[in-house]
Amino acid sequence: MAAWLAGSRWGAAPAAARRDLLVSCRRWAGTSADTVYDVVVSGGGLVGAAMACALGYDTHFCDKKVLLLEAGPKKVLGKLPETYSNRVSSISPGSATLLSSFGAWDHICNMRYRAFRRMQVWDGCSEALIMFDKDNLDDMGYVVENDVVLHALTRQLEAVSDRVTVLYRSKAVGYTWPYPFSMADSSPWVHITLGDGSTLQTKLLIGADGHNSGVRQAAGIQNVSWNYDQSAVVATLHLSEATENNVAWQRFLPSGPIALLPLSDTLSSLVWSTSHEHAAELVSMDEEKFVDAINSAFWSDANHTDFIDSAGSMLQYAVAFLKPTKASARQLPPSVARVDAKSRVLFPLGLGHAVEYVRPRLALIGDAAHRVHPLAGQGVNMGFGDISSLVHHLSTAAFNGRDLGSMSHLTSYETDRQRHNTALLAATDLLKRLYSTRATPLVLLRTWGLQATNAVSPLKVRDCSQLSKSLAH
Amino acid sequence: MIRLAPNGARVDPGTFLLGIFRGRDRKWWFLSVAMWGGHKMGSSGSRFLGGLRSGFRGAQACCPRLTTSQAVYSKNQLSWTLRIKPRVFSEYRIMWFKSRSMTFAYLSKMKSYRLPWTRLYGTSQTTVDSSEVKTFLALAHRWWDEEGVYAPLHSMNDLRVPFIRDNLLKTIVNHQPGKPLSGMKILDVGCGGGLLTEPLGRLGASVTGIDPVDENIKTAQHHKSFDPVLDKRIEYRACSLEEIVEETAETFDAVIASEVVEHVIDLETFIQCCCQVLKPGGSLFITTINKTQLSYALGIVFAEQIAGIVPKGTHTWEKFVSPEKLESILESNGLSVLTVAGMVYNPFSGYWHWSENTSLNYAAHAVKSSVQEHVVPAKFALKGETEELRAEASHNSGVREELKR
Repeated sequence: MAAWLAGSRWGAAPAAARRDLLVSCRRWAGTSADTVYDVVVSGGGLVGAAMACALGYDTHFCDKKVLLLEAGPKKVLGKLPETYSNRVSSISPGSATLLSSFGAWDHICNMRYRAFRRMQVWDGCSEALIMFDKDNLDDMGYVVENDVVLHALTRQLEAVSDRVTVLYRSKAVGYTWPYPFSMADSSPWVHITLGDGSTLQTKLLIGADGHNSGVRQAAGIQNVSWNYDQSAVVATLHLSEATENNVAWQRFLPSGPIALLPLSDTLSSLVWSTSHEHAAELVSMDEEKFVDAINSAFWSDANHTDFIDSAGSMLQYAVAFLKPTKASARQLPPSVARVDAKSRVLFPLGLGHAVEYVRPRLALIGDAAHRVHPLAGQGVNMGFGDISSLVHHLSTAAFNGRDLGSMSHLTSYETDRQRHNTALLAATDLLKRLYSTRATPLVLLRTWGLQATNAVSPLKVRDCSQLSKSLAH
Repeated sequence: MIRLAPNGARVDPGTFLLGIFRGRDRKWWFLSVAMWGGHKMGSSGSRFLGGLRSGFRGAQACCPRLTTSQAVYSKNQLSWTLRIKPRVFSEYRIMWFKSRSMTFAYLSKMKSYRLPWTRLYGTSQTTVDSSEVKTFLALAHRWWDEEGVYAPLHSMNDLRVPFIRDNLLKTIVNHQPGKPLSGMKILDVGCGGGLLTEPLGRLGASVTGIDPVDENIKTAQHHKSFDPVLDKRIEYRACSLEEIVEETAETFDAVIASEVVEHVIDLETFIQCCCQVLKPGGSLFITTINKTQLSYALGIVFAEQIAGIVPKGTHTWEKFVSPEKLESILESNGLSVLTVAGMVYNPFSGYWHWSENTSLNYAAHAVKSSVQEHVVPAKFALKGETEELRAEASHNSGVREELKR
């Protein structure tokens, strides 16, 4: 079991120019106050924009009015910048399928992304490693900058502007929820008040506004959450020499996992989860020391103990004796030469899960519903999985002439996704805890477990398919 | 199927008595959720039928009386239905058990209402309106509670909307994505709160919903008024079918009578009316309850359990209609039946599903024979000609059959 980072969406709200804000709001308020929309998506990050896009391109939504609310300004990526952004996501093949279903993946292909075909995960306290190899099959995933994905989504949204309205620099400040069913003189829709005082109504509100979701709080949906004692440091790294660079690397150190994702032949993206103090130190230290810290994190044997090493090699011998065919050979991670100036950023990590994903006329998707440790790289992929499921249910509902905000199909969405997401959240949390310790019995256990899994290819194949299946959803 | 006459009277299919037995229809629904189907027209059917009768027999005088008795029992119904959640019903055994206790509750209610009813029977309509209509209005609002008493009707949409949609789509060559039924004119007979009318409107059809109960139409009207799109596509009218037969002859591409025909007193006339308002080649969709041994057996046992209160042999089993009977009536009115499919309700999950077995609920799709090709452009022909055709089609089936040939 392994995988990566999701540079899941950070709160993206660069300070808006006040003048622009007023202009755009006034124009909007003048034209479409009190409009009844079929669907309003709150939050125009990766997941929110993709949701609006997916609805905009759905056949059964041709006649529907969709609105996307984004607090930030419209980001236009005129020309692709030379330097890579430090905010990247690992996109699973399943997520890529979703993105190509409405044409966004083509834009990404025309800009830049990096496919990886192998993953190597190993322990910081022993020699144990596991290798996921998909050489004979397709790509295991793609590393794409968030800006590139968002640009592709924006382009696709522009193409369906007759169906999907996007309001940039607008934020919902108040929600009025309807009664469960129509009472005497109450409106059955969700009423939304925007920052500028204008109001609108919607039959279904989709909350895609990140892990501090305002929609979730306004609806009073309980959120189970805790913060990890870890922060993640991200950075763009230059390798010492050009390589094929199609492997994603992750090493579990006692302080937290460190991962290297390929960006190009000479560039990789770093996600290093470690203690808050260490993370702060890493961000502030000078570049040379930072590079040394990374290299030693990948190469150092400091945490090894003789006992675990000999126990590990004993199992290795036993495996070699029983099964003479070679297990995948250990590969060595590339060494890092330098770090891109100003690419180092730190953010705190936590876990969160909304107890309910849906209410009448409300659905939560992405980080608004679940926040996950980046060690499995699932944050954004879980969000895209939510979209696939919700769009499927909404599309069927639209084709059956259903009220889009009806609980009957929203609960099907909730059941689908909670079944999948809670399992993944629990597994990720367990892995995080299992690998955060130096306690010998646990280290031995995980060492043998990893080695055995790596040795028994059928198990690994299943793991691998499980993994890609989970990636695909 | 056994019909229970709470006051011990033999059920007579008279207009007046229908008002009383609307309550009984409701109870049937409690008895067997799988077989329910009473409540859509259960609350409206009797007046609807009253309308039918008065329309055809000129018995206008009975209408006020009917309304009076009805209002009393709608209050009665409300008190039961609010207490009972349909989803708690399990399979027949449990349903059986439940229905017994419910029936007792019902009967005690009936007793307390028997006298007031007798009294109210003679009073004028206005006295009833003040208090009873309010109560009925409260129930009328329950139409749109998806988890409430009408939950099975809501979930039945999962079957009947695709059934109607897919059969109509076969007749549309190039349908618009997003609103596949646009351009279709549909009549929803006995629309109740508009549970089926709105989905069809969302699919793009222009739908006319009619229901003889004012409160239902008010609820439906109120509910659609919030949706600007539906507001344009749907028109509701509080009237009975035969009241609009004349003005809407051959106007509709489809007529829907969902959970209605089991309440119709004169099925042949009803089908005839449906046929008259259909365009040639138009579709008639019917969902209803079968008349089978299963329902009959349940009814007998049920009656025996409550022996002494319900006289044996008191039933209006005739009002339930078997697919074969329905088919023969449809065929004799120039409608060819294309599909008959069974529907089964699972009270555990609250969902309906299609079944080979039509012994409980079933859906039927019939198409009105289109006149021969040289007559088809009749809609473009002169008004006089069209009316002549209509007259022939409606009054003289023999002539119509000749035309077909």
